[in-house]
Amino acid sequence: MFPIVTKKQLNPTITYMEILAPAVARKAMPGQFIMLRINEDGERIPLTIAGYDREKGTVTIIFQKVGYTTYTLDTLNEGDALLDFVGPLGCASEFEQYVGKHVCVVGGGLGVAIAYPQAKALHELGAKVDFIVGFKNKDLIILEDEFKNACENLFVLTDDGSNGNKGFVTVALEEQLKKVDDYEAVIAIGPLMMMKAVCDMTRPKGIKTIVSMNSLMVDGTGMCGCCRVQVGGETKFACVDGPDFDGHQVDFDLAMRRGRMYIAEEKESMKKHECRMGGAK
Amino acid sequence: MSANMRMTKNPIPEQDPQVRAHNFKEVALGYTAEMAIDEAKRCMGCAKKPCVSGCPVNVRIPEFVALVAEGKFAEAAAIVKSTNNLPAICGRVCPQESQCESKCVRGIKGEPVGIGRLERFVADYVMAHPEEENKPEILPKNGKKVAVVGSGPAGLTCAGDLAKLGYDVTVFEALHAPGGVLIYGIPEFRLPKDLVRAEIATVEALGVKIIPDMVIGKCVTVDELFEEEGFDAVFVGSGAGLPNFQGIPGENLLGVYSANEFLTRTNLMKAYDFPNHDTPIKVGKVACIVGGGNVAMDAARCAKRLGAEEVYIVYRRSEKELPARAEEVHHAKEEGIIFRLLTNPTQIMGDENGVVKSMEVIQMELGEPDASGRRRPVPKEGSEYVIDCDTVVIAIGNSPNPLIRSTTPGLESNKKGCLVVDEETGKTTREGVYAGGDAVTGAATVILAMGAGKKAAASIHEYLQNK
Repeated sequence: MFPIVTKKQLNPTITYMEILAPAVARKAMPGQFIMLRINEDGERIPLTIAGYDREKGTVTIIFQKVGYTTYTLDTLNEGDALLDFVGPLGCASEFEQYVGKHVCVVGGGLGVAIAYPQAKALHELGAKVDFIVGFKNKDLIILEDEFKNACENLFVLTDDGSNGNKGFVTVALEEQLKKVDDYEAVIAIGPLMMMKAVCDMTRPKGIKTIVSMNSLMVDGTGMCGCCRVQVGGETKFACVDGPDFDGHQVDFDLAMRRGRMYIAEEKESMKKHECRMGGAK
Repeated sequence: MSANMRMTKNPIPEQDPQVRAHNFKEVALGYTAEMAIDEAKRCMGCAKKPCVSGCPVNVRIPEFVALVAEGKFAEAAAIVKSTNNLPAICGRVCPQESQCESKCVRGIKGEPVGIGRLERFVADYVMAHPEEENKPEILPKNGKKVAVVGSGPAGLTCAGDLAKLGYDVTVFEALHAPGGVLIYGIPEFRLPKDLVRAEIATVEALGVKIIPDMVIGKCVTVDELFEEEGFDAVFVGSGAGLPNFQGIPGENLLGVYSANEFLTRTNLMKAYDFPNHDTPIKVGKVACIVGGGNVAMDAARCAKRLGAEEVYIVYRRSEKELPARAEEVHHAKEEGIIFRLLTNPTQIMGDENGVVKSMEVIQMELGEPDASGRRRPVPKEGSEYVIDCDTVVIAIGNSPNPLIRSTTPGLESNKKGCLVVDEETGKTTREGVYAGGDAVTGAATVILAMGAGKKAAASIHEYLQNK
């Protein structure tokens, strides 16, 4: 069992948890993920490693309530424990090449939480990091101080402009791409639609763009192929070949279709959650 | 003892095909004591014991069968268990027709003795009557530590044998439950999971520790097992976990599964019980399974039980070459699985949402023998036709997972990704590291993996005694 040692509600839909898992914490690197299972009937879901403390032996996960398992996970509290917590899985992000270089990290939706360790790692390595993050409105903004400390320039946007800076992350990126001519790479993490839009903007300029593919997974160790993505016309497994890929080579339309494979079943599961929660949404 | 000279095996009682095609309960129900005694009496007790040479773990067949004939079931089980740590599993999933039973003298004229069914019977008997069981002898602890990577048939066998010899054995499993293919792959109706868990518990009772959720090569490397965790030897039985695809157009459409994904969702994650279990699976009305091995038969029969009205096995060679156990093919046919033999997929077609709607196949004919000695299937030009379907499962084999070989310097593999070992000892190219099972051979059978685990255990014992 893997105890939850810290739980924080970052905003109404995003939750922060530190899990005691020393074997995972010992090896975890930015870009990698874990698979967890809450209870005996539970499904295995992948979550990106949002942070780790090797001394305390903890691994941080940040998740958004999007489906049955994440809603159930959110009902757990400090002192509760997860049945299974496996990792670190997948390849670590390769950042050494960006030491001293200018990079832009873009995070949208839940992706901001996942982009944060990437920005932090790049910043600590000595890259010059511009960090663009987007939220629906100002009440949903999370981790702003942490973000500031993980980059040179932070750009926080809201869809409704309630923080005084209106627009999607792509708006800020477009402006940056006009102003900055020495981006060595753009790292985009978030919904597939957003990563696709970022790639469409950087492609004409030939700026290397790395995306993190959050495919559906069952085992997470290369065994089932549920997570397959098409990259440059070749089939790759996000769990062992990724999750980072060259965004300009990724077939996002296919990835979006595959991500929606079990939408109907997810709705059925959510009914079960709503029953357990006494009809509460 | 008067030999029973009947030419045929006692049939094993089974669930009716019409009924069982809609449930996940075990198909074969097992012999009664009377049937077992009667069957055992068919054994001639040959002095040369040809059957034993057909068994990869050399079960002392005539000895245990003779005890069954006398009604001494617990004693018979002890004889089986002296060389086989997992008899209830082997009795159910071994391809006896190409192993022990293929060598049986009774098979020359008539059917061989039902050795597999008798093995199953005695194993089930002691599981139901634990008070009668003779516990195996365990030597005193010798203070040496062995790590076993993977808790499938190879790893469990190696671990069990070493524990009996007094080693401190720890098994590391990547998934959340031990058993490897016995748990994630082979379906409940062929190998009930309670029984697998019970048989694994007998290995644990020998003193073996099993640690789940530990991906060796990621969480801990083989080097660290030696240097930091203090193990004296490592056995790699990590299986063939990497699914092969055909490389035809349409394999990434929604509704195309690797057999591993299809079976893992169904068996390990119990998707057949969705939404009571959280993992879903989609099958639709028509499922096409590509391949002709045991895994293909398992996937086809799962698809039927998950509600598919029509299930096709699409296999490029003829019935004679089907690699599956004869009994699995027979059961699949009884359950209404449709065989499209000498047929190979050429592409999978999808609708406007990217969901599978059909598969184009081409008819094949057998040409000259290929490297495997089997006649090579050749496409018949212009014979393409289309099967409308909702699901396609690719069951054309697996390759070993690269996680261990890519993180263990000095561990050599061949171009198929299989670990290179000395066949007699299971020794790899790294000192102190042994390997066996599908990680070495590519996808094969439970019993061959167990045979390799057994051999490696003996080699590790020899290595550590002399170290």
